[in-house]
Amino acid sequence: MSTAVKKEHKSARPERGGQATMVEAIRQGIWEEMERDPTVFVIGEDVGAYGGAFKVTDGLIDQFGSERVIDTPISEGAIVGAACGAALMGMKPVAEFQFIDFISAGFDLLTNYAAKCRYRWGAGISAVFRGPCGSGVRAGPFHSLNAESFFLNTAGLKIVEPSTAYDAKGLIKAAIRDPDPVLFFEHKKLYRLPRLREELPADDYIVEIGKARVAREGRDLTIFTFGAMMLTALDAAEELEKEGLDVEVLDLRTLAPLDRASILSSVRKTNKAIVLHEASRTGGIGGEIAAIIAEEAFEWLDAPVLRIGSLDTPVPYSPPLEDYYLPQIKDVIDAARKLAAY
Amino acid sequence: MSDPKSTEKAKPRRRRRPVRPRFQMRVSTKYAPRKIVEGKSLSCTSETSLTPQQLLELYRYLKLTRLVEERLVNLYRQTKVVGGVFRSLGQEATAVGSAYALQSEDFVTPLIRDLGAVLVKGIQPRDIFAQYMAKAWGPSGGKDLNIHFGDMQKGFIGPISHLGDMIPVMTGLLLAARMQKKKFVAVAYIGDGGMSTGAFHEGLNFAAVQRLPLVVIAEYNHYAYSTPTSLQTAVHDLAEKASGYGIPAHIVDGNDVIACYEVTRQAAEYARRGGGAVLIESKTYRRKGHAEHDDQRYVAAGEIEWWEQNNDPLDRFERYLFEHRVAKKKQLEEIVADVTRLIDEDCAWAESSPLPDAEVAAYNVFDNNVVPPAFRPKVLES
Repeated sequence: MSTAVKKEHKSARPERGGQATMVEAIRQGIWEEMERDPTVFVIGEDVGAYGGAFKVTDGLIDQFGSERVIDTPISEGAIVGAACGAALMGMKPVAEFQFIDFISAGFDLLTNYAAKCRYRWGAGISAVFRGPCGSGVRAGPFHSLNAESFFLNTAGLKIVEPSTAYDAKGLIKAAIRDPDPVLFFEHKKLYRLPRLREELPADDYIVEIGKARVAREGRDLTIFTFGAMMLTALDAAEELEKEGLDVEVLDLRTLAPLDRASILSSVRKTNKAIVLHEASRTGGIGGEIAAIIAEEAFEWLDAPVLRIGSLDTPVPYSPPLEDYYLPQIKDVIDAARKLAAY
Repeated sequence: MSDPKSTEKAKPRRRRRPVRPRFQMRVSTKYAPRKIVEGKSLSCTSETSLTPQQLLELYRYLKLTRLVEERLVNLYRQTKVVGGVFRSLGQEATAVGSAYALQSEDFVTPLIRDLGAVLVKGIQPRDIFAQYMAKAWGPSGGKDLNIHFGDMQKGFIGPISHLGDMIPVMTGLLLAARMQKKKFVAVAYIGDGGMSTGAFHEGLNFAAVQRLPLVVIAEYNHYAYSTPTSLQTAVHDLAEKASGYGIPAHIVDGNDVIACYEVTRQAAEYARRGGGAVLIESKTYRRKGHAEHDDQRYVAAGEIEWWEQNNDPLDRFERYLFEHRVAKKKQLEEIVADVTRLIDEDCAWAESSPLPDAEVAAYNVFDNNVVPPAFRPKVLES
């Protein structure tokens, strides 16, 4: 018989707030929402007894039972479809993709069903589709994807990607309470990064979807980025400070709908912009942000908008290959120096 | 001192997985098509629990379905329908008979060729006309076509064009029902073509694993657009596929409305009692092309005529009603007159609806209380 429901080890309820890494923050967020609202449930592959590939859902099954923590077959189409069906009934599904790369197997139902239901007949799909994204962890072409630009061109899907533990908890809670489908991308490199461990408030809080955050204020140029590239941008900004360049770093946090007001107000202040992301450069979100700036803040620009993205290749496995593929701190510094010269 | 056990907070217990008997392929052919006897015209299954009044109601829905579609074809020829018109001519009995077997709290998700199920579920012809004519008063307000809408109160969830996608959606509906302690059956329609999709497989497999009360009605109507079933699947009967999911199946004569009713009632009861998912294969025939524009050049000569003359679901049911003295010709004529009156009224109502205001296109991508409508900016924002 199935052994997946027999479990010796039981994981404890997470702290409410306190010191937390990003993975703990997300787990706290989902746990608290499931306690607060009986319509919230979790569905995905290995999310039950195993607690998910990255342990985001660890212990939920012990607390909430297998009716609300549903292990599925390897069927992303079924996961997305079932989440949509449950949402039609007024439930709040939190559906997990084991790796965001597998979102492609649920693409049809996400883009055709989840995204269009409200528009077509007023039935909003209030559901969260979450999972680990991102490269830089030597995971190769099928466990390293950044999927945001596949979905940017689909009206009806919100896209969120946090870069701090505080934001991760506040945004997952906001996503669960959102009336529309939210794709929630969690950069796996950040999950357990000690650098991101921080003190979370004990009280219930959310971080509003659709709002960017100025992570570092500056006067000379702005780096627009999100996810793990936030760290690259902040490290580059430190270096550049030594050269006398005062760099602003804007954490987009929500990729759809974009916070156009924050993007424009920052570029109108610094007059120079770099858009930095981890996905391949061609067709990436950087092009969209560059176009917004060009269309709406052209008169404020003192230099061309520069895009930094990964190579236009699949994500390679071997460390030298992946490092060559990914934007590095040096690439950001070079781009900033180029802009400073204008 | 109080018993320590009573103060302990009750934790939800994990569901115990039932020990299942080793699966054996179970395909019931009780209601399958019978061999045609030379010189004897086809009628319907005589064994039924339906009352004469119910039989007449069934007749009304069959006739309503056919006449609504005929009116749609007229509107199409007058260029009043904006998109295509999809007919269920010759296979109306499957949708009508199966949907009629359900309780009011049950859900259906029909295909485009299951208009009969939509009407049985209580959607009015006026909604269908307004949808086809892309009118503002249609349930989707001009945002989507034909039966691509839903009514949760009536238990109707419209399909999307991507065949198979609704199977996992209905599975989710039933998972939610289990969490909400609600009891109903969901019926999803699919065709010999739609069964080839991955979504169909993923959805039915998941429903079967979770033992959810999902009844899948697979219509073997011989063509998916122009592709014959032999190029769609290597099985002889679609019902064989049920064994791959560990669920039972029925084969039903899809042009026998009483058989369709009886088999669905039994399958729904099995599912309702906790048996899990069931597959019903309905043997029928699509007499019209994929849509009105389709000239059916791929159909062998004489095939359509044979079905029209020998195996029309309405002819068969009328024959049954006369043979069993359920109704006289005059009664049926009255039903037709009544249905025609309704169609005239509803069609006039839909025609009187305006087209939607252009700006409506910008609304409701997201909840507009949270995200503003996506208006096209007249000038660039500055």
